Amino acid sequence: MKSITTRNTLRVIILIVVASVVIGPLLAAFFGGFKGNSELRTNPLWLPDSWAADNYIGILLDGNFWRYLGNSFFISLMTVFLTLVVGAAAAYVFSQIRFFGAKMILSYLLLGLMFPFAAAILPLFIKVRDLGLLDTYWAVILPQTAFGLSLAILLFKAFFDQLPKELFEAAYVDGCSYLRFFWSFTLPLSTPILATVGVFVFVQSWNNFLLPLVVLNDRSIYTWPLGMMQFQGEYLTQWNMILAFVTLTIIPAVIFFLAAQKYIVAGLTGGSVKG
Amino acid sequence: MTTLDRTAVPRRGNADRVKKGLVSGKFTALLILLPPALILFSLFVILPLADAVYYSGFSWNGYGAPSDFVGSQNYQRLLDHSVFHTALWNTAKLILVSLLIQMPLALGLALLVYRKTPTNTLFRLVFFLPYILAEVAAGLIWSFVFDGDYGITSSLLHAMGQESVYVLADHQWAFPAIMTVIVWKYFGFHMMIYIAALQSVPKDLVEAAKLEGAKPRQVALFVQIPLIKHAIVVSGFFAIIGSLQIFDIIIPMTNGGPSNSTHTIVTYLYSFGLSRLNIGFGSAAAVVLFVLAIGIAFFYQRTTGKGSKA
Repeated sequence: MKSITTRNTLRVIILIVVASVVIGPLLAAFFGGFKGNSELRTNPLWLPDSWAADNYIGILLDGNFWRYLGNSFFISLMTVFLTLVVGAAAAYVFSQIRFFGAKMILSYLLLGLMFPFAAAILPLFIKVRDLGLLDTYWAVILPQTAFGLSLAILLFKAFFDQLPKELFEAAYVDGCSYLRFFWSFTLPLSTPILATVGVFVFVQSWNNFLLPLVVLNDRSIYTWPLGMMQFQGEYLTQWNMILAFVTLTIIPAVIFFLAAQKYIVAGLTGGSVKG
Repeated sequence: MTTLDRTAVPRRGNADRVKKGLVSGKFTALLILLPPALILFSLFVILPLADAVYYSGFSWNGYGAPSDFVGSQNYQRLLDHSVFHTALWNTAKLILVSLLIQMPLALGLALLVYRKTPTNTLFRLVFFLPYILAEVAAGLIWSFVFDGDYGITSSLLHAMGQESVYVLADHQWAFPAIMTVIVWKYFGFHMMIYIAALQSVPKDLVEAAKLEGAKPRQVALFVQIPLIKHAIVVSGFFAIIGSLQIFDIIIPMTNGGPSNSTHTIVTYLYSFGLSRLNIGFGSAAAVVLFVLAIGIAFFYQRTTGKGSKA
């Protein structure tokens, strides 16, 4: 039987090896952004000779970079807002109000959990085009919201079901309607789940590629993943520029992740483990 | 709270009033709160999926109304297309890699870091990091790693005295490279699911097994893993449904190449349906994807005996 210390050393070695494989490419990208292209060729992995930030500064001074980020930010924010309001409203109905057909309608809305988004992408393109929404923010916001609703409703309903029923009865005697109760009691009491779903929806929207790729053609409204692919197309083999661009888009994601990791992890695992 | 609870048992008159008022308020609430979700969901989820079935019967470039009905011809063409076979097989490979390599790896690591200590928390964060990165960004970084002129793999090969390989332009290596990136990107997600489950396993069970003289490996195999079976089933479901939809990572890495050898179902329906405006043909591929997803979901529920969701 191995002693506890050897076992633990082995464990830490395994963890460090895996961690280096995970972090290695990200660090290489970060370092690569400081290098010249010829230096990159001989030294793709390790620290740069000098920390010349020209590549980074060039991108940061380019208005397009900020426009891409701004577009993504607006789209993500609106998607979160709509998903929370529309999803919570529907979940509240299923949680608080008994009516004929409630179960069927709920199952209908939860169907989205099984549907692969990509299967709808061609008709979505047609629909968005026929509605005259191509090259608008709504072309991304509305379908994203619709596809996020199922999970949002599932999680919201589970949370609302746990709120004390007595609260509503008491509020109603004091003349409070369903709508007001939803607005002034249910929503404020549900900030943990609103934050969880909100953060999760935000990350999904921020990273979305397929939908914007299909419905946005005008460069001025590109989201950042599209802008990044555009940039890559322009600089093709200038890997140092591309790596600088990628790094700059990753940094906000990493900061956001560290700040909101509690909610991100809860959103991902909470929804699945409870099942 | 207590005062509220007290008023919650109203006198008789109050109770009637509550009942009556609730019925009328109910419909207003229903009419305001439910329709937005129903309309959005129907318009942008259900209707497009139904449209896909409809369009798949036509030869249609997306302009005007579809009028050239071709029956099952699109499906026939799809089944005869060797690139589609490759796409199906590649998608199957992604599912297999996710189930047979990614999930065991995630489970093993979860067992190593599930206890709440500061170092474990740090490792968990690191392992989970790739999951929150955008697929496109991950794909671009890895296409640098695999680049034949600049990449890390080629400089490693040089160091070993070998010729550099253009991994992503190579028939034999391009798809294994993609599978590597997929494992790299998603294992942290599965690990987090297992960690949440492992932390809810009662400590005394693990302690008892240890007192009986069970080695850590035996505790994991015979106590912990059986107790988190539900989490494993759920993560397997996510792995399959996720693998069916892989798209973003492929585009920056190979864009389906070399010579169409790295397509998945979704990149296939994008390249051969949307890019070429063969809406009918692409829709047929979408329907196949849809049927596969639903079919696998049902089959999976049956065989694992436990619902995936809801």
